Amino acid sequence: MNVIPLDFEKPIAELAKKLDDLKRHLRGHDIDLDPEVRRIAAHIEKTKRLTYSNLDPWQRVQIARHPQRPYALDYLRLAFTDFVELHGDRLYADDRALIGGLATLQGTRCVVVAHQKGRDTKENIQRNFGCAHPEGYRKAMRLMRMAEKFDLPVVSLIDTPGAYPGIGAEERHVAEAIAVNLREMMVLKVPVVAVVIGEGGSGGALGIGVADRALMLEYSWYSVISPEGGAAILWKNGSQRAAAADALKMGAKELKEFALVDQVVPEPLGGAHHDHAAAAMNLRTAILANLAELATVPMKELLAARYRKYRAFGRYAEGTGGGASQDGTGGLV
Amino acid sequence: MPIFRKPAFNIGGNAKKLQIPAGTFQACPSCSAVLHQIELEQNQRVCPHCEHHFLIGSRDRLGHLLDPGSFQEADADMEAVDVLNFRAAKSYKDSLAEYQKKTGLKDSAIGGLGRIEGKEVSVAVLDFAFLGGTLGSVAGEKITRCIEAATERGIPVIVISAAGGARLHEGMFALMQMAKTSGALAYHSAARLPFISVLTNPTTGGVIASFASLGDIIVAEPKAMIGFAGPRVIKETTHQDLPPGFQTAEFLEAHGLVDMIVHRKKMRATLSNLLGYLHQEKRAA
Repeated sequence: MNVIPLDFEKPIAELAKKLDDLKRHLRGHDIDLDPEVRRIAAHIEKTKRLTYSNLDPWQRVQIARHPQRPYALDYLRLAFTDFVELHGDRLYADDRALIGGLATLQGTRCVVVAHQKGRDTKENIQRNFGCAHPEGYRKAMRLMRMAEKFDLPVVSLIDTPGAYPGIGAEERHVAEAIAVNLREMMVLKVPVVAVVIGEGGSGGALGIGVADRALMLEYSWYSVISPEGGAAILWKNGSQRAAAADALKMGAKELKEFALVDQVVPEPLGGAHHDHAAAAMNLRTAILANLAELATVPMKELLAARYRKYRAFGRYAEGTGGGASQDGTGGLV
Repeated sequence: MPIFRKPAFNIGGNAKKLQIPAGTFQACPSCSAVLHQIELEQNQRVCPHCEHHFLIGSRDRLGHLLDPGSFQEADADMEAVDVLNFRAAKSYKDSLAEYQKKTGLKDSAIGGLGRIEGKEVSVAVLDFAFLGGTLGSVAGEKITRCIEAATERGIPVIVISAAGGARLHEGMFALMQMAKTSGALAYHSAARLPFISVLTNPTTGGVIASFASLGDIIVAEPKAMIGFAGPRVIKETTHQDLPPGFQTAEFLEAHGLVDMIVHRKKMRATLSNLLGYLHQEKRAA
């Protein structure tokens, strides 16, 4: 697969092209330019490392949105086996932007709920660009309740710009669908592992994201609002999206430092789209390790720990001293 | 020197200019009637001519709802922390200071214990005047503590919402308040205790997509704007004309999304009556 370079990857792409040209030119000629080839190759490696180890938040957002980035169904094909898709919320429709079903992860059977984007225009119309309607959240809840009934752990793969802002979504109350999921996932009596695999757009992401373990792929983002939305509201200028991506602290590393996510799953150099299979293996390893740990925790303890985790989220100051509450324990009643 | 001189514009002769402090009168945005501030306050900030519900401050709201003197505020000193060191067009710190000065509030939420016609409730109110009533760490923590206190004491929770959504300046900390508050409600609900959610103008975004939509009974004020996404965003995304009355309390009622619409002046009596059905004192004990 030819990887489409992002703007900041163009220098790397140009060097790679130069190297290809040189190699092609050498074919059929009897000159020894091996040292030159090696020099360029080394330069490419160096440029790559330099570029990818100094990505700014907006560049990371671009990787998370790369058109060749693996989506949920790619991971279900590469990391899982035997995905049996189950359709519909039994109320209104089947949301193709939020899919779900049964799948096996190296011998571990589970229920998967996941946002799904489309690869091309036609599929994106079907998938609504990964923006789910209330039906999607209600289908996810139906499947999670089923998981609880049959004692299967839940794996949630998050990849959405946000819940769909549409007339039908409002009429059928997408806000309520999300709210119910937040409440019910907090007390779901099976282990839940959620992974942001691309975009974690606000309530639409959190709507399948309350979990014992919340993971993020290295270049994914997770935020209260998209960089564009944040720029429009707080800067009154949509073109400030890079500044918003920076200010909102939406990257995996930042959120791990705040302890708002539990683990960052590494991606292949330059992003998951450079090597789908390697990304899928990393994802599988991470989910399996977490599921194995959670499987040994007694249910009562699991639920108590889940509540404690979310209960501790928030920074505020109490009393006239104005000192911030201790992180992680502030305000426990 | 000109022959004709423009006379000084001077209606009312040389009488001393009447001094009316700004904000004494205000036009009703619905019927344009000019209302005196005192008249408006005495009518719980409802237009006496057309019943338009004006925004109302959280303390005034509690004053109208709770038995006089019954409110015991909790965590009155809690304040926001600028955890992201957030700076957009304006810095979060400056915004906080500005709204604290403007409203006299520490943050968007106040909460505590009180009584409605003698019935003990745990109550929290969001104030739209403070940064759009937004749900940040402080509001999330106060509401969660209200819910937990209610679970512990075996009493109902009432939350009155007026909010644009999650507070963007706190990033993911704000988003997580949705999960925190909703999770606390799961345990309150499991204890078979009632939660009444009151939606007032406006209740949108992360607030309607969490605790505000989880009431055993959901009550809305007339004409309140209630919805997940903003109407402008929906219009821009879908390129569709919005139906008349879209995202009003009446629209939600017609679509089966709220239990009832209640006039502000009947709110106290209505809540008291509902509590009587859902929470009999003898069972609470």
